[in-house]
Amino acid sequence: MTPSISIWPLLAILISLCGAIPILLSNRQPNLRESWTILIALLKLMIVASLLPGVLYGEGYIFTIAEVLPGVPIELRVDALGILFALVASFLWLFTSIYSIGYMRALNEHAQTRYFASFAVAISSTLGIAFAGNLLTMYLFYEMLSLSTYPLVTHEQNAEARASGRKYLTYILGTSIGLALPAMLITYATAGTLDFTAGGILTGKASPELLALLLVLFLFGFAKAGLIPFHGWLPAAMVAPTPVSSFLHGVAVVKAGVFSIFRVVFHILGPETLQSANLNVVITTVASITLLVASLIALTQDSMKRRLAYSTVGQLSYMVLGAGMISAVGRLGGVMHLAMHAFGKITLFFCAGAIYVASKKKYISQMDGLGRRMPITFLAFFLGSLSIIGMPPLGGFISKWNLVIGTVDGGQYVLLIVLLVSSLLNAAYFLPIVYRAFFADAPAGEETGWKEAPLFCLVPLCLTALGSMLLFFFHDTLLNLAQMAVGIAP
Amino acid sequence: MTSSNLHMYVMASPLVAALIVNLLGRFSRRSIPWLVIGSLVVALGGALAVLAAVIDHGPLRYTVGNWTPPYGIELVVDHLSGMMLVLITLVALIASFSSLKSVEQELPGEEHFFFTLYLILIAGLCGLVMTGDAFNLYVLLEITSITSYGLIAMGRGRAPLSSFNYIIMGSIGACFYLLGVGYMYILTGTLNMADIARILPNLNAPVATATALGFLMVGLWIKMAFFPLHGWLPNAYSHAPTGAGTMAAPLMTKVTVYLMVRIILSMYTPEHIYASAAVKSGIVWAAAVAIICGSILAFGQKDLRRMLTYIIVAEVGYMVGGIFLGNANGLTGAILHIINDALMTLCLFLVVAAIIYRQGTVALVSLQGLFYRMPLTMAAFTIGAFAMIGVPPTCGFFSKWYLILGGVEAGHWEFVIALVVSSLINAVLFFRIIELAYFGALVDGEHHEHAASERHEASFWLLKPLMVTAVLLIVVGLGTGVLIDNLISLVIPAGF
Repeated sequence: MTPSISIWPLLAILISLCGAIPILLSNRQPNLRESWTILIALLKLMIVASLLPGVLYGEGYIFTIAEVLPGVPIELRVDALGILFALVASFLWLFTSIYSIGYMRALNEHAQTRYFASFAVAISSTLGIAFAGNLLTMYLFYEMLSLSTYPLVTHEQNAEARASGRKYLTYILGTSIGLALPAMLITYATAGTLDFTAGGILTGKASPELLALLLVLFLFGFAKAGLIPFHGWLPAAMVAPTPVSSFLHGVAVVKAGVFSIFRVVFHILGPETLQSANLNVVITTVASITLLVASLIALTQDSMKRRLAYSTVGQLSYMVLGAGMISAVGRLGGVMHLAMHAFGKITLFFCAGAIYVASKKKYISQMDGLGRRMPITFLAFFLGSLSIIGMPPLGGFISKWNLVIGTVDGGQYVLLIVLLVSSLLNAAYFLPIVYRAFFADAPAGEETGWKEAPLFCLVPLCLTALGSMLLFFFHDTLLNLAQMAVGIAP
Repeated sequence: MTSSNLHMYVMASPLVAALIVNLLGRFSRRSIPWLVIGSLVVALGGALAVLAAVIDHGPLRYTVGNWTPPYGIELVVDHLSGMMLVLITLVALIASFSSLKSVEQELPGEEHFFFTLYLILIAGLCGLVMTGDAFNLYVLLEITSITSYGLIAMGRGRAPLSSFNYIIMGSIGACFYLLGVGYMYILTGTLNMADIARILPNLNAPVATATALGFLMVGLWIKMAFFPLHGWLPNAYSHAPTGAGTMAAPLMTKVTVYLMVRIILSMYTPEHIYASAAVKSGIVWAAAVAIICGSILAFGQKDLRRMLTYIIVAEVGYMVGGIFLGNANGLTGAILHIINDALMTLCLFLVVAAIIYRQGTVALVSLQGLFYRMPLTMAAFTIGAFAMIGVPPTCGFFSKWYLILGGVEAGHWEFVIALVVSSLINAVLFFRIIELAYFGALVDGEHHEHAASERHEASFWLLKPLMVTAVLLIVVGLGTGVLIDNLISLVIPAGF
C-alpha cells in the first residue's frame, strides 16, 4: 500500500502548463496552435491513464516538489479520489479542445491565443487540485485555477464581462482567502499537519465547536462548489464563451470546489469524526437547501445557459449531500455523481453552444421547433438531461441510485424526499426544452431544413452524450475508484 | 583579501565607487553604468561570500581599526545580517539597472550627483546591518537618511517639500533614537550591543531600561513609517525621482525593521521585551490598526505609486506585529517578510519605473489597456500583485502564513483578522488595476482591441530586472523551507 515515488503526476500537471508556451508562440498560425492544444490534451490524458492501473492495485504515487513549510511540503499524491477527478477532467478536456476549435472559429472570436493558453493553465491547475497530497498544495492550485480562469470568464471584454469578472473574483477569491485560508491555518495550528489522511487528521484533537467552525469555513470557503449563499458567481460566469462554461463551469472549476469539499470531509475532518459530533447535518442541510432552491430558480430561467448554470448549482449539491451522508454508500454516490454529472452537463453545455453557433439563439423561448432543424444536437441534449435527471440507461442513474440507497441505509429519510423532489424538478426544467424543440411549432417566417453546427462542435457533443450512456453499462472502473475513495472494500 | 574582513569590502565597494562616480561621471557619462553596476556586483559577490562564510563558520566579528570593544566599533555579521547584506546588495543591483535608465531620462546631466548619493545610501544600509554598536548604528542611520533626503529632493514638483517634511520627521526619529542610546549609555556605560546585552540583565533599573527601549523603538518606528507615524513616507516616495524610489522603497523601511529585530535580539532579551503583556499586546493591536488603515488609505489613491506607498505602510504593520506577537512563528514570519516584502516592493516599483519611462505617469486612469501596450511589464505586475495578495506559491503567501500562525498561537485574533482583511483589500486593489489594464477603455460597453495603441514595451534595461524579480518572487516562495532551515531558524533565540 505504500505509494511509490513517481514524477509522472508532476508531468501530467506540467505538460499543459508548459504547453501554454508553444500555444502563445504560434499566435499567428491558428492551425499549428490548435494542433498543440490537441497534442497536449492527448498526451495529458495518456499520462493520467498510465497512472490508473497503479492506483487500482492500491499503490498510488507520490512526488514532493518543494519543502516549503515544516511538515507541509508542496506534494503530489495520486490516490483513487484524485485519479477519478483527474481522469474525468483530462478526458473531457480533449473533447472541449476539439469543440473549442469549432466554436471559436465559427464565431470568429477575438484573442483566441490567449483563450487557448489560459485554458491550458486552467487544466493544469485542475489536475494539480486532483493530485494534491495535502491541503496547502490543493489551496495553491485552487487559487491558480481561480486566477487562470479570470481571462476566460471575461473573454468578451465588454461591460457585462467586466461586471461578471468582478463578481467571479469577489466570490471565489474572497471566500478562499477570507474563509478557507484561515480554516487551513487553524487546522495546521491544531493538527500540526495538513496531509490528506483517510479518516481525517483532527480526530481527538479538536473540540466539536472548533470542528463546526472549520466545517462551515471550509464548506463556504470553497465557493467553487456553489453552495448557497455563495452560488451567485456561477450564473454570472455564463457570460464566458460556451466551451468555457461547459468545461470550467460544468466540469473543472465547479468540480474542483466539490472535490475540495470531499477532500476536507474525507481526509481532513474525517466523516466519522463529523458524525460523532453530529455535524454531518450541517453539510446535508446546506446541500439540501441549495439543491431545492437552485432547482426552483432554474425553472424560472429563460436563458439556456443560465438554466444550465442553476442546474449545475443544484447538481453540485447532490455531491456535497453525498459527502454528508452517514452511510458510505451515500458518499460513494456523491463521488460517482462527480463523474456522471460531468459527462451529462458538458453535453448539455455543448448543445447550448452548438445551438448558439448554428442559430444565434440563447433563450429557451426562441427554441420552439428548433429540434427539427438540429435533431442530432437535441437528441444529445435529451440524453444529457436524462442523465442529469437520473434515468436509466444513463450514467446519472448509477450515482443517484447510490445516493438514494445511502439515504435509506443511513436512515436519513428526509434526504430521500429531498432527492426525489429534486429529481422531479430536474425533469421539470429539462424535458420541456426537448419537448418544445421537437413538437412545438416553429415561429412563422423562420427557415426550415437541416442546419446543424459545424462538425468540430457536433462530434464532441455526440461523443460525450454517448459516453454518458456508456457509463451506465461500463462503470466498473469508476465504481472501483469511488469505492476505494470512500473506503468500501470492492 | 582574507575572509575575516571580507564584509568590509561589501560596504567599501559602493562607497569608493560613489567617490569615483562623482569625479569621473562629470567627464564621462558612459562610465557611470559601469561603475554603479560593477561596484554593486562586487558588493553582491562579497555579500554572498560573507553569507557562505557565516553559514560555514558561524558569526564573524570584526573590530574596525583594531580598536577593541567596548571602546572601538565592532562589526558583527551573523546569519541574520548576512542574509540582509545579500538582500540589500541584490535589491540594489537589480534596482540600479532600472534607476540608471530612469535617471538618464528624468535628470539628464545630474547622473553623477544622483548616483553618488545612491551608492552612499547603499553603503550606509550595508553598514547598518553589520554594525554591533548602538551609537555607530545612529551614525549610519543618519547617513542613509541624509542621502535619501537628497535623493528625494532631486525629484520634480513637490519633491523638495516632501523631502523637507521627511527631514523633519526623520530628524525627530533620529533624536528619539539618540535619546534612547543616551539612556543606555548612562545605564551601562557602553555602546557595544553585546556589552549592553551582558550588563543589562544585572541592572536593577526596570523603569530606566524600559524608557530607553521606548525611545529606541519610537525613533525606529518613525523611521520605518509605522502607522500613525507614517506621514512622511507616501509623499517622499511618490515625489522622489523614479530611480530613487525603486531602490529606497524596498530597502529603507525593511532595513529599519531589521534594526528593530536586531535591537530586540542583540541588546535586550526576549524576557525584557515581552515583560509587559499589556504593552506587547498594545503594540500588536497598533500593528493590526496600521495594517487596516494602511490598506484603506491605499484604496483611496488615484495613482499607482502612491497606492504602493500606502501598501508599504500596511506591510510595516505586518512586520512590527509579527515581532511583538512574542512567539517563534511570528518572529519567523516577520523576518521572512522583510525579505519577501523587499522583493515584492521592488517588483512593483520596477513596474512603476517601466510604465513611467514609457508614458510619464502611473495615474490609475492612464493604465487603461496597458496589457496590450506593455504585456510583459503587466505580466510581472500580475505576479507582484499575487505576491502582495498572498497567492501561493509566490513568496508573499509564506510569510503571511507564519504571521497568521503566530497570531493564532498567541491568540491575537485581531491581528489575524487584520492580515486576512488586508489580503482581501490587496486583492481588490490590485484587481482593480489589472481589470483597468486588461479591459482598456470600453466604448459603448464594448471592447475595441484596435483602439489600444501599439505594443510599446519598456527598454530592456527596465524589463530585464523586472523579469528577474518576478521569477525571484516564485523561487523565493518555493525556497521558503530552505531559507528558514538554514538562516532564519538559527536566528530565533532559544527563549521562544
